[in-house]
Amino acid sequence: MLITCPYCGPRDVIEFTYQGDGNRQRPQPSSQDLDAWNAYVYDRLNPAGDHNEIWQHSGGCRAHLRVVRNTLTHEISSSGFARGDHKAAARHKSEAKS
Amino acid sequence: MVERQSPLEPEYYPGSHGNFEHGVDVILSETRPGSILQLAAWPGEEKRLMSAIYKATGLALPDGAGGGVTDGARSAFGFAPGKFTVVDEAEGLAAAFSGVVTPAIGTVTDLSHGRTAMRIAGPKAEWVLAKFFAIDFALPAFPIGAGRSTTHHDVFAQIQRTGADQFDIYVFRSFARSFWKALCHASEEVGYEVQ
Ligand SMILES: [Zn+2]
Repeated sequence: MLITCPYCGPRDVIEFTYQGDGNRQRPQPSSQDLDAWNAYVYDRLNPAGDHNEIWQHSGGCRAHLRVVRNTLTHEISSSGFARGDHKAAARHKSEAKS
Repeated sequence: MVERQSPLEPEYYPGSHGNFEHGVDVILSETRPGSILQLAAWPGEEKRLMSAIYKATGLALPDGAGGGVTDGARSAFGFAPGKFTVVDEAEGLAAAFSGVVTPAIGTVTDLSHGRTAMRIAGPKAEWVLAKFFAIDFALPAFPIGAGRSTTHHDVFAQIQRTGADQFDIYVFRSFARSFWKALCHASEEVGYEVQ
């Protein structure tokens, strides 16, 4: 399984660390909405197909990435910086697929 | 300054080794730079940090992820978004950045004593490194000056290509001796010389 890091280009999955479900919405730290906290901690879509995920390129540039991975095929259909449109995101390496 | 000891010393054997009867195909050495710095820009400050690096070192970093440059004595390359490694043969490079990299631009971290730099050069350098790292070492994909961040069995490594068949590898000092031994073993089949 290869993940294309927007900074480093395509890299083997061993360089990455899974940081969890990318669909979670963390409530404000001061929130006392127990249902929202419960959903954040426990509720998962668990789809058979495309899944929004957060990965860290821990064995490379160490950036946190937003990745869409197909849970049936492991195909990565998109990847980008989790923090949003960092300037470097537009400057892919020549070999990197967008 | 205090005399710096090499972590490689107990395993550093100058001379020719391995299968060198038919020639030495890689040369391994420790480059012992006096200064190894890591510079990081706050989001949106990358251009200003790059011009600060130019001001302090005269090295003009090219645009692009992993872009880098070397003039022999000094080298710089991007290793992560907005982050750069800057190396100088001479000690004291951190002082050249004080007042140049202001708190509004980013940070300077002096890693001179925290990293060990090894050089592999020769016609089989790409071949030997390809056994360690799952990245493309071919010249068109990894041009001279460029840098890469990657891992060999959890040993984090920053690699800069400093010549057509020459690479400088920066690893944590605490892992350096182990990595060096592995590098020597991997070079045996092509014949190597330690300088
Ligand atoms: Zn990366």
